[in-house]
Amino acid sequence: MDLLEYQGKQLFSKHGVPVPEGRHAVTVPEAVEGADELGYPVVVKAQVQIGGRGKAGGIKLAANRSEAETHAAAILGMDIRGLTVHELYVEKASQIDEEYYAAVVFDRGAKKPMAMLSRMGGMDVEAIAEKDPEAMVKLHVDPLIGFQDFQGRRLAFEAGVAADVIRPVGAMLAKLYDTFVAEDAMLLEVNPLLVTEAREVVALDAKVTLDDNALYRHLDSAEFRNLSAEDPQERMAKERGLTYVSLDGNIGILGNGAGLVMSTLDVVAQAGGRPANFLDAGGGSKAEAITSAVEVILSNDDVTAVLFNIFGGITRCDEVAKGLIEAFRQIEPTVPFVVRLDGTNDKEGRALLAEAALPNVHTESTMLEAAERVVELAG
Amino acid sequence: MAVLVDTDTRLCVSGITGREGTFHSLNNRAYGTQVVSGVTPGKGGQDVEGIPVFDTFHEAVEQTGANTAMVFVPPRFAADSILEAEDAGISLIVTITEGIPAHDEMRVYNHLARNPDVRLVGPNCPGILSPGKSNVGIIPAAFFREGNVGVVSRSGTLTYQIGNELAQSGFGNSSIVGIGGDPVPGSSFIDIIELFEADPETELIVLSGEIGGDAEERAADHIADHVSKPVVAYIAGFTAPPGKTMGHAGAIVSGSSGTAQAKADALEARGVRVGRNPTQVAEIAVEILGARV
Repeated sequence: MDLLEYQGKQLFSKHGVPVPEGRHAVTVPEAVEGADELGYPVVVKAQVQIGGRGKAGGIKLAANRSEAETHAAAILGMDIRGLTVHELYVEKASQIDEEYYAAVVFDRGAKKPMAMLSRMGGMDVEAIAEKDPEAMVKLHVDPLIGFQDFQGRRLAFEAGVAADVIRPVGAMLAKLYDTFVAEDAMLLEVNPLLVTEAREVVALDAKVTLDDNALYRHLDSAEFRNLSAEDPQERMAKERGLTYVSLDGNIGILGNGAGLVMSTLDVVAQAGGRPANFLDAGGGSKAEAITSAVEVILSNDDVTAVLFNIFGGITRCDEVAKGLIEAFRQIEPTVPFVVRLDGTNDKEGRALLAEAALPNVHTESTMLEAAERVVELAG
Repeated sequence: MAVLVDTDTRLCVSGITGREGTFHSLNNRAYGTQVVSGVTPGKGGQDVEGIPVFDTFHEAVEQTGANTAMVFVPPRFAADSILEAEDAGISLIVTITEGIPAHDEMRVYNHLARNPDVRLVGPNCPGILSPGKSNVGIIPAAFFREGNVGVVSRSGTLTYQIGNELAQSGFGNSSIVGIGGDPVPGSSFIDIIELFEADPETELIVLSGEIGGDAEERAADHIADHVSKPVVAYIAGFTAPPGKTMGHAGAIVSGSSGTAQAKADALEARGVRVGRNPTQVAEIAVEILGARV
């Protein structure tokens, strides 16, 4: 789960990472009220999960109340690279002296957390790597003993941080690591990490990704919403406990098992088609889950044909067939379906479908034939 | 021969009294696996159709000589169960549980790395099947028979699909090992490929990978330097968009890394043939080993 800046900063504050004071707002009056409380000047910031907010005009300095009102009105509803701004964060303006970059990431290769620091803040990490790979200092942390003070000092010295802020930067890294562990984060990025004119060290931005699998022990974080990023089908699927990812094509896909569904998307694309979604009905799916999944797929108006690709292991093909028959009874789809059933109880499943004689449902015996057929039918 | 599980496997199942745990334990036993015990804290003294249940792994190991554990407990208890099995002296821990927090997996991995006598397979994996010998996990054994193709895979159903294509071309399997779709798998492709390389029964190795991480790229380097047997690969997720998790917690393209194309390129650059779809994997196997039907 990717958090918005203000949500990430809430977690930072909770663990002692210094951040500027700010207020969350969803309307212009709320933003102005927040700005009044903070005292001017303030910065009005669009809350969307995408880089380049500043360049797109989504971050503006307001010297007084009327400027705050103007900026809040302009930014709310703004489109930033395809995302509509529904939320604002109004923050006390900081006097910038230096901009650094700091991050703690879950390094899958090393299977350890990795802490990173650079003096070249304000640009993205790829740009830093391109401009001067030496400028990014990295080290791994042993998760069994945690982040050590010497590691904070080493990062700060090796990154060439100004002598007077070596200690506070090291301390901030230690607190970021605490946040990373305590909140079950997969990524924490502070860019820029600011040194103010008063030589204070604060996190001016926060990019945080949490582990969905750990949300059960972070019930407050599980409540975080992101109004601009929610896809209607993805939300509907989530409520029904299905794993669904929206794609931009016209062929609805349902399969069992993440690997097989990914493979199905590829085979459809190889046959010249464009998948509309990834939907993993999961292992051992019962008929009701299949019916529910068909509803989610068809709620996307772009879908002109649907492919079922099932290899039954724990999942029984007769249950899949029953689910599809029930879906036809309940929602009477108008688009063609191609169904490939193989594995556990495949004969029973195919017999059920033959008996039901559903309109516009085509069965194929292999994955490749099924992909070709659905591409042809999708038009 | 086979790898990891065979007729010497003595299995203890953590979570044996749960619905799924019971179902698959009995399935494994019906296949011929020696399922010697189960662990459910608080249910010691009971039995599941004759399989004795203990409160702790230590008791189960002491009294039934279990050498392999299968972990089936819910995600929030899984890391603890793996660590208990290791502490009790189990040498192979197969974890089926899906949805374990990544930080738990990371701590468990780094702890187990200090013990050379233990191996973890999974989490979030379908288990290990050595046809004709032993089945530990949820792989539907009916589709596979004994043979000389070793399969190692990050996913479940895709493995069955590939295994089935191989079976239709007349090939059986030495072992099928699911390493799981999570960000921190206990065993990597390389760990399992080393076992297949050393297994006299295995003549061909099939690697089934997917987007996310760099395990396939690392395997490609290892194969080029250390593997004499032919390897055929398959990679799923060419059409996956960056930044979206495709079902498995580990299947996500982050920035420019972890794409299917990069993985296929890395493998091909080191002489590993990559099938464009599961059917092609079987076709390449036929080219290498000759038709078997």
